[in-house]
Amino acid sequence: MALTTIGSSSEAAVEASVAAALSGRRADVRGRAFELGLLASLLVCLILLGVLIASVLADGLPVYGDRGWEFLDGGLSRRPDEAGISQGLIGSMWIAVAVVVIAFPMGIGAAVYLEEYAPRNRITAFIELNIRNLAGVPSVVYGLLGLAIFVEAMSGFAGAEGVARRTLLAGGVTLAVLVLPIVIITTAEAIRAVPQSLREGAFGAGATRWEVIRTVVLPYAAPGIFTGALLSIARAVGEAAPLIVVGAITGFSSLGVGLNPGNVLDPSALPERFTAMPAVITAWAKLPNDEFNRINTAGAIIGMLVFVVLINAIAIVLRNHFEKKRTV
Amino acid sequence: MTESAGPPTMTERADTPLPQGLEVARRELAEHDHLPIVFEIGDLSAYYGDFRAVREVTLDVRQHEITALIGPSGCGKTTVLRCLNRMNDLIPGARTEGTLNYHGVPLYGSGIDPVEVRRRIGMVFQKPNPFPKSVYDNVAYGPRLFGIKKRAQLDEVVETSLHKAALWDEVKDRMKDSAMGLSGGQQQRLCIARAIATDPEVVLMDEPCSALDPIATARIEDLMQEIKEEFTIVIVTHNMQQAARVSDATAFFSTEVNPESDRRTGRLVEFDRTETIFSNPSDERTENYITGRFG
Repeated sequence: MALTTIGSSSEAAVEASVAAALSGRRADVRGRAFELGLLASLLVCLILLGVLIASVLADGLPVYGDRGWEFLDGGLSRRPDEAGISQGLIGSMWIAVAVVVIAFPMGIGAAVYLEEYAPRNRITAFIELNIRNLAGVPSVVYGLLGLAIFVEAMSGFAGAEGVARRTLLAGGVTLAVLVLPIVIITTAEAIRAVPQSLREGAFGAGATRWEVIRTVVLPYAAPGIFTGALLSIARAVGEAAPLIVVGAITGFSSLGVGLNPGNVLDPSALPERFTAMPAVITAWAKLPNDEFNRINTAGAIIGMLVFVVLINAIAIVLRNHFEKKRTV
Repeated sequence: MTESAGPPTMTERADTPLPQGLEVARRELAEHDHLPIVFEIGDLSAYYGDFRAVREVTLDVRQHEITALIGPSGCGKTTVLRCLNRMNDLIPGARTEGTLNYHGVPLYGSGIDPVEVRRRIGMVFQKPNPFPKSVYDNVAYGPRLFGIKKRAQLDEVVETSLHKAALWDEVKDRMKDSAMGLSGGQQQRLCIARAIATDPEVVLMDEPCSALDPIATARIEDLMQEIKEEFTIVIVTHNMQQAARVSDATAFFSTEVNPESDRRTGRLVEFDRTETIFSNPSDERTENYITGRFG
């Protein structure tokens, strides 16, 4: 109605003037520039990632082509054509186990207490802040903590001496402690995302606090908890600095060579000296000969990447499983 | 109040004793009603920390009746409701003063376990909040907590509760489906089924229809009439017509602003039989509210 009062009386004229007014012709230069900038950032990231993967594959795939299983099955050898990553894979696997056994229950427990039981006051706020800060502490510092407590004190207490104290168990516990703050933070966030109305519904039906947590809070938070927890495994498996400080073997070793079920699942490796994938890669990359610092290193990187991708894949499958359960 | 020079200020009115009409109405109520008292509330105040959310609430809730709490937003009616099953315990700093007896037992007395209270006094919330589980598991939730494990027994409780909640015919073939797939009205009736599955004596309803359309609302209202034979119901509602339609007794709350702190405190204005409240209220504020002149 207002448009007809602009001046023209005929319908055709109104239509023309409205059409002219509505067809915007201003070029949105800033908007376009912003969009292109965003696209450019994305492309740079993708290109960097692509170059990284391509160069690793180009250097490392021939190792698998030439030696295949032998490379996975071999150990820390002086000879590049005999060296393999079996000890590294086994060590990394046990580190993952240590994270699952130590960091998960402790971290999830601490988060549940903080979110569901602890009173909301300055002390808990202070504790939460510090846990966040702990998650940002450089990993080498955790390595020193591991060296002081788990290598020097605990392994010594257990009767081992000298370098024999630098055990797989000490390394695993160190990395479990390293990711503990991450597990706590992600779990706390997942619990915080549980709608208050669901908690009230459970309390209203006569549930105790523990029953509310068990039947409503944890099932609802499970996908988030799992995602965070399994990503923390990937983090622990990829850390090199704490391993070096704690004393993973980086030279040559025949300890526990061979990728077979008896070796992989044997817990008697725990009180022994150990190595793990990041330590193997670091050690090989420093060696002078090209077969080690380029070819075998790239091969080991591929092995570790596949290992980590497998863990992430398990994480995604588990998360989807729990998410499906949540909506049922 | 009549002796003060000017018109009474809000603070003065806040400090005066209960309106006289209220005492009279309570006496009449007692004479006309022989039903046993479930909740005896006397001069109840509820606080959140230092903030007094509602004050001087005095009313009785009688068995197998529907008692409606009405009033404008922020008048404390939901706070009072949440005191009745100690749901307010979940809010840090929440506390009460005054008398709140359940069959003569002080609900906030020492040694009272809020979990046991909530098992006898169920609750339905404003927004339907079914658990992200199956229809069956939602209704079986309470009975399972109380240790019923046998499938046949659970089946029976679930079916009876869903019948009572007038939902059985709609969901009997969808027991394994997610409760989240039900419509809003069905979800709310499922929540009612969940609340009555534990066989409570009282069902508290906090604006149970505010998120529902008129048809779903009508179904819930019919349902309330049916289940009041078995349960005592206390309902909070914004909707005066709803209170008039479903309730036997109505408590009207209002707010008053404390000019010093500029905070609003709720207060019970009038409590009476619903017919009386809506046809012949003794307080002017009630009349203004129910005729739509305020609130």
